[in-house]
Amino acid sequence: MSKVVAATGNEAVANALRQVNPDVCAAYPITPQTDMMQRFSSYVSDGQVKTELILVESEHSAMSACIGASAAGGRVATATCGPGLALMWEMLFVASGTRLPIVMPVVNRALSAPLNIHGDHSDAMGARDSGWIHLWSENAQEAYDNTIQAFRIAEHMDIRLPVMVCLDGFIISHSIERMEYLEDDEVKKFVGEYKPLNPLLDLEHPKSMGPLILPDLYHEFKRAQHEVMTKVKDVVLNVAEEFEILSGRRYGLFEAYRLDDAEIALVILNSAAGTSKDVVDEFRKGGIKAGLLKPRLFRPFPYEEVAQALKHLKAICVLDRADSFGGYGPLFMEISSALYPLKERPIMINKIYGLGGRDFLPQHAEQVLSELAEITKTGKFKIIKEYIGVRE
Amino acid sequence: MATALRLKELSKKEDLFTHGHRLCAGCGAPIIVKMVLLASDYPIVACSSTGCLEVSSCISLSTAWKIPWIHSAFENAAATIAGVETMYRSLKKQGKIDKDIKFMTFCGDGGTYDIGFQSLSGAMERGHDMLYICYDNGAYMNTGIQRSSATPFGADTTTSPAGSVIPGKLQQRKDLTKIMAAHNIPYAAQASPSHWLDLMKKVRKALEIKGPKFMNIISPCNRGWRSKTDDAILLSRLAVATCHWPLYEVEYGVTKITFKPKEKKPVVDFLKSQGRFKHLFSPENEWLLKKFQEDVDIEWERLQKEASLYAP
Repeated sequence: MSKVVAATGNEAVANALRQVNPDVCAAYPITPQTDMMQRFSSYVSDGQVKTELILVESEHSAMSACIGASAAGGRVATATCGPGLALMWEMLFVASGTRLPIVMPVVNRALSAPLNIHGDHSDAMGARDSGWIHLWSENAQEAYDNTIQAFRIAEHMDIRLPVMVCLDGFIISHSIERMEYLEDDEVKKFVGEYKPLNPLLDLEHPKSMGPLILPDLYHEFKRAQHEVMTKVKDVVLNVAEEFEILSGRRYGLFEAYRLDDAEIALVILNSAAGTSKDVVDEFRKGGIKAGLLKPRLFRPFPYEEVAQALKHLKAICVLDRADSFGGYGPLFMEISSALYPLKERPIMINKIYGLGGRDFLPQHAEQVLSELAEITKTGKFKIIKEYIGVRE
Repeated sequence: MATALRLKELSKKEDLFTHGHRLCAGCGAPIIVKMVLLASDYPIVACSSTGCLEVSSCISLSTAWKIPWIHSAFENAAATIAGVETMYRSLKKQGKIDKDIKFMTFCGDGGTYDIGFQSLSGAMERGHDMLYICYDNGAYMNTGIQRSSATPFGADTTTSPAGSVIPGKLQQRKDLTKIMAAHNIPYAAQASPSHWLDLMKKVRKALEIKGPKFMNIISPCNRGWRSKTDDAILLSRLAVATCHWPLYEVEYGVTKITFKPKEKKPVVDFLKSQGRFKHLFSPENEWLLKKFQEDVDIEWERLQKEASLYAP
């Protein structure tokens, strides 16, 4: 039985964490993640969870404490965003390299300078190569559902990797939406009892964790990490299948929206995909075969599946809410890599939008889809990478 | 019953830090680790920050640790062990663990005084039940003898070299033991491997106290100090005898000097056999030697005054 509620993204994820009931949680406040962990702290204070909370003095220590707690042998979560994730950067690699199944909601926020607290994907994109599994969420419902599934994926015995669950700062974290909660006991059953693997607290079998590994074995160590990533896709799909039975909500590696017979499409992450889907519908009404692809699993990136979903298109635009200055947007680079092995490829352009919380409006999606429609007529494009929604 | 702190009894205990580690001959760190682990009758779970001890004790497929041990990075041993200790508390509360386990760190001065200072301060303030042990060799020895905030005044290091214009490090050491005591933690102490019984008693006392504890232990490094390979114990004894490294403890705010030299030796006795202080003995640097002695005298006076406030 699910319960229909009106909740913000932060509230929904905090509730998911309450229902999962981790053994240890580390928290450090940072806007716009703050009220997620405030809510969770209330659950701790009111005895609604068994969780031991560590109120650390920085995000670096938050991730360090999570590493220690997870290595010790229990279920662990934390949450952060923007500069907090940047401060954790070093430790993200230690968490994944040590194969620790930590779950971390990331309320996507811009990076300084200039200081900005609003929605932007630069934070998570900066952690792209950290060895974490990335799940992206369009709205509060997806953030909630992804958080619950993340524990199953992270703790799967073939995986044992940390997972970050991304949701847009303010746009999702602070907006109230209609959504559905699962019952507490359903979530408890779904995530199951935590199974430790090589716990540090096993005194009978003392272990040394975090060794120095020089060129004799480091390369092999990293290849092992690469290999485990190749197993993630299947686990994500299996967990999604089970979750669908429980919730009735279907998840995949990405969402393909009206793509099957589309000629032009947008590829876009998170909340802006919602706005874009409405515009796609409007274009369809006007007789233009528009579609959309919204990645969910960003690391490991499902290159073949994405290529199969996009291969028949004439032109696509990848929209990035982050820039790799001097390069193309990070999502564009992935889609380009996915499509490159194809003999015939769609024309591709890249738009940078919505940095530091700049609104992504329906007219932005309209503008881009119109440009794609024009490209399909002429077979030509003006420029590959361009900023949109800019005040001149 | 606790093992008596007598050599005969202690020699029967298993070494939990084994031979075959790759620390330099004559290094103080493994001596300290062995003394600390021998002092405990509790099971220990330990954490080290990146540094000499860490890189030399657990490398590729071999480890010198017979206890559960973790390293995660340089600046975060306190936060890492705090995480381990918190999980222990959580699992114990849930009835999933029943043993009494003690948690400690073994970290160098770089990972403690400098880059790990915030993480250490945070862990002490939060009140984790842990004993943070710093083996202080007075510089970043692992990366090649760069100055740290634990490096003594006047010392020649690779980043504070004694040159023709600047004669070595011109700043005083950070007095970390006092800073940790100022966190109002239940126990902070200074120790030396030369005074093994004093050191082991302090470890034992610390482990019986619930909450955050800190111990700073001087750890001679013949590579960095430019001293003879077999002088570790001699030099740490001279550090104590000259009051450069006084042995004391602050227990629930009460300062107690645990070893008072009968006759305080001049600090040159500690300095003269170390190459890092060689330049202090040239005529133009006489003022440095004088200042070194003055600083030691002032600090020793101050410590004695503080201890006298609580004298029985």
